[in-house]
Amino acid sequence: MTVAATDSETTGQDRKPGPAAANGYEPNMVLANQTFDIVGSRPVRHDGADKVTGRAVYGADVTLPGTLHGAILRSPHAHARILSIDTSRAEQMDGVHAVMTAGDLPDAGDKIVDVGEGDTPLAYVHGNVLAKDKVLYQGHAVAAVAASNAHVALEAASAINIEYDVLPCSLTAPDAMRPEAALLHDDLVTKELGEESNRRSNVAEHFRWTKGDVETGFARADTIVERSFDTATVHQGYIEPHTVTALWNHDGRLLLWCSTQGAFVVRDVVSTILDIPVSTVKVTPTEIGGGFGGKIPVYMEPVAALLSRKTGRPVKIVMSREEVFLGTGPTAGTHTRVKIGASADGKIQAMEAELAYEAGAYPGSFVVPGGMCVFAAYDCENVAVDGYDVVVNKPSCAAYRAPGSPQAAFAAEQVIDEVALRLGLDPVEFRLLNAAREGTRRADGPKFRRIGCVEVLEAVKNHPHYSAPLVGPNQGRGVAIGFWFNAGLESSCTLNVNTNGTVNLVEGSTDIGGTRTSIAMQAAEVLGISAQDILPEVVDTDSVGFTSVTGGSRTTFATGWAAHDAAQKVVDEMKTRAAMLWAVEPEQVEHSKGTYTANGSSATFQELAAQASRTGGPISASATVKPRGVGGSFAANIVDVEVDPETGKVDIVRFTAVQDVGKAVHPSYVEGQMQGGSVQGIGWALNEEYFMGEDGTMRNSTLLDYRMPTTLDLPMIDTCIVEVANPGHPFGVRGVGEANIVPPLPAVANAIHDAVGVRMQRLPMSPPAVWAALAKT
Amino acid sequence: MQSIHVRSTINGQPAEFLCEPRQSLLEVLRDVLRLTGTKEGCNDGNCGACTVEMDGRIVPACLVLGAEAEGAEILTVEGIAKGSALHDLQSAFLTGAALQCGICTPGFIVASKALLDQNPNPSEDEIRLWLANNLCRCTGYDKIVRSVQATASLCREESST
Repeated sequence: MTVAATDSETTGQDRKPGPAAANGYEPNMVLANQTFDIVGSRPVRHDGADKVTGRAVYGADVTLPGTLHGAILRSPHAHARILSIDTSRAEQMDGVHAVMTAGDLPDAGDKIVDVGEGDTPLAYVHGNVLAKDKVLYQGHAVAAVAASNAHVALEAASAINIEYDVLPCSLTAPDAMRPEAALLHDDLVTKELGEESNRRSNVAEHFRWTKGDVETGFARADTIVERSFDTATVHQGYIEPHTVTALWNHDGRLLLWCSTQGAFVVRDVVSTILDIPVSTVKVTPTEIGGGFGGKIPVYMEPVAALLSRKTGRPVKIVMSREEVFLGTGPTAGTHTRVKIGASADGKIQAMEAELAYEAGAYPGSFVVPGGMCVFAAYDCENVAVDGYDVVVNKPSCAAYRAPGSPQAAFAAEQVIDEVALRLGLDPVEFRLLNAAREGTRRADGPKFRRIGCVEVLEAVKNHPHYSAPLVGPNQGRGVAIGFWFNAGLESSCTLNVNTNGTVNLVEGSTDIGGTRTSIAMQAAEVLGISAQDILPEVVDTDSVGFTSVTGGSRTTFATGWAAHDAAQKVVDEMKTRAAMLWAVEPEQVEHSKGTYTANGSSATFQELAAQASRTGGPISASATVKPRGVGGSFAANIVDVEVDPETGKVDIVRFTAVQDVGKAVHPSYVEGQMQGGSVQGIGWALNEEYFMGEDGTMRNSTLLDYRMPTTLDLPMIDTCIVEVANPGHPFGVRGVGEANIVPPLPAVANAIHDAVGVRMQRLPMSPPAVWAALAKT
Repeated sequence: MQSIHVRSTINGQPAEFLCEPRQSLLEVLRDVLRLTGTKEGCNDGNCGACTVEMDGRIVPACLVLGAEAEGAEILTVEGIAKGSALHDLQSAFLTGAALQCGICTPGFIVASKALLDQNPNPSEDEIRLWLANNLCRCTGYDKIVRSVQATASLCREESST
């Protein structure tokens, strides 16, 4: 499927020969342990033609007749009290139809709501949509305008006059945790070890999980390494800015078209914020130009809705790139400390972590999953993990691919590397010696079911890359492993059989990366027909059962499972129809690969479909799932870097991503997930960061200055798919979208250490940072 | 604001439109002519999602004024396929799984076509250099580069037979 670079195709001047050319093996190996007919094949995706011809309709491509255009005015300050808002000049401008502020939102009161991330005060949810009394970060939305076109809307927004009283700001977790730090929220009380304390601070929560006794463990250790680490705030960086079109129709229904990872979540959150029945809201998800977790939160939808209600017209708002940086995402910057002790025989005796994560303006930094993942790859008797969720004057954090886990791995996997070095052990052997397996209990409580940690590490050890010699001076090799749980949540699917033997598949999962096809393939496998004979459609919230977000690596796993179950029902119905035709009992009809047989009679799926009208009418089935058999995924990297000692610039020379995916439904798109996650991790490791002034303003809010990896920064990203079937899924699927972003941060750091002997304790490992570290040696 | 009357050729067809002096070519394509295949990712020339060909050169449509299209020949993603047949690059992107979310794909298709038009035998480095103006956040570029390589090799086979 994939085309290997060959020598004949190059000019001989390439500085980066592909791994295949260099080592005589085909890249992108698949270590399959179960084979099927359709699952595991590589059909062309159903939405492909639309996406290569420009025909696919993304959020900003929706324009209803009579549409007004909205613009949002955002705070220039990181922390300030709003003294007054004067909208009069904007309201009088030609072409302006409506202006609104937080005062137009219904009163949140003291209500506590669950908007998909646990219990949250409704006031915080409101506050992030439009600031009420205080702004908590630069870019915090304060007011909005609807006008005849986008230019007029922007001009009107800038004509709104706001008086601020600027307050001191805190930009990192350690900074905000100082007793004298200015409080972001007057009402925020620290939840201390599960109990409400009386302490008002910027620490929303402090939790501690323990297993065994770390003091005893460290006493048994011959080698102990303890280090602290910092990581910068980074953004998900999807190429499509957020966008919404709202129409508050005259029949009372609110219609929304938006680019979101979860149409039902938007429906539910918008109805909560606007205090209207959930059934009045209909959300149509458009095609989505990337999300990575950042398109789960609701930002502009309630604003566009209220502007539409004020004007009686559709209102469309599209964010600028700067607004995306300032007003959405990002993921937490962190301050962490990790201490690991091992005995001379290579056994880890104790592991301790302290994780302080920036939540941004409102609680919810994903430090909890960070704490669950930090030592997940290891079977150790004595573990202690402390976590702190800290509010700071930055945008409110959103999920970003395995949220919380990469920052924790950056710390833990470097300390593991150092312990292995001190013990004189191969870093992969050391990990294998201590690897988590089925039955290993994590410090936060759960026991692992069948996992592929050992198999992933074995695949790393056996990969040709791991034993290949380095090819130049100042080069080094690093490895690391990372974990993500994956999610189950809820999904629905309906199959409608056409009389020509094709099947319309109706589902509610936004398709970010080919999931229409990976879901359709699972139905096709059950039905014994081709993937192309299934016609998948992602529909609005009126037209399919509830479906949770496309996130948590759950879509192929859970919506695919719903498709599997619906297909089983179709098979049962087909047996009934065949039994009717052949005058036998349905139990006598056998089904295999799309052919139904009984007593010498035989009919294909297509033949039975053609006779549907004569055997009882249309054939249709729906299924809903709330799966419990979620299988976590381990991912590991082998990375070779070359460090330029004069500039500190780090080049990725060779990169191999290994991941246990359970079962790769569509291996090409699984490889794509692994490659994409790896490269986001490389960007996080080497370049990406919010440059903040001391006043809390971002100095690099463009794609020129916030530098994400380009084609020139990278070699081919080789993949190795490991399949340790998840016993909790009909095809063994685990989910593949997230774990792959976890290991690149520490793997690159370990490679830099191997190359030039410096231990990088701060992200990003940009040229100035590496140069400064080298200068100290 | 006084509108400007512009005559140009878009995807081989004569196109006449009115635009404001401040409107970019990207706005004109998307909002005036409803050719929404050209995408906006940054509106300051740094992401490549709005790449179009203008008089044989690739440009970010967000950095060109609509008025500058007077007399110009413009090719957008909507003009790449011929009738109902996909261009080889489009087919290669599909069989090579070179897209995930697809928002950057129109820009990559237009830019890659321009590369192959002038250099039917590009090295991996030449492909990477040419496409460095186009950001993709989903794929890590591996399958994009391979699909351009596959198209080049297919075109060479076709021209040698």
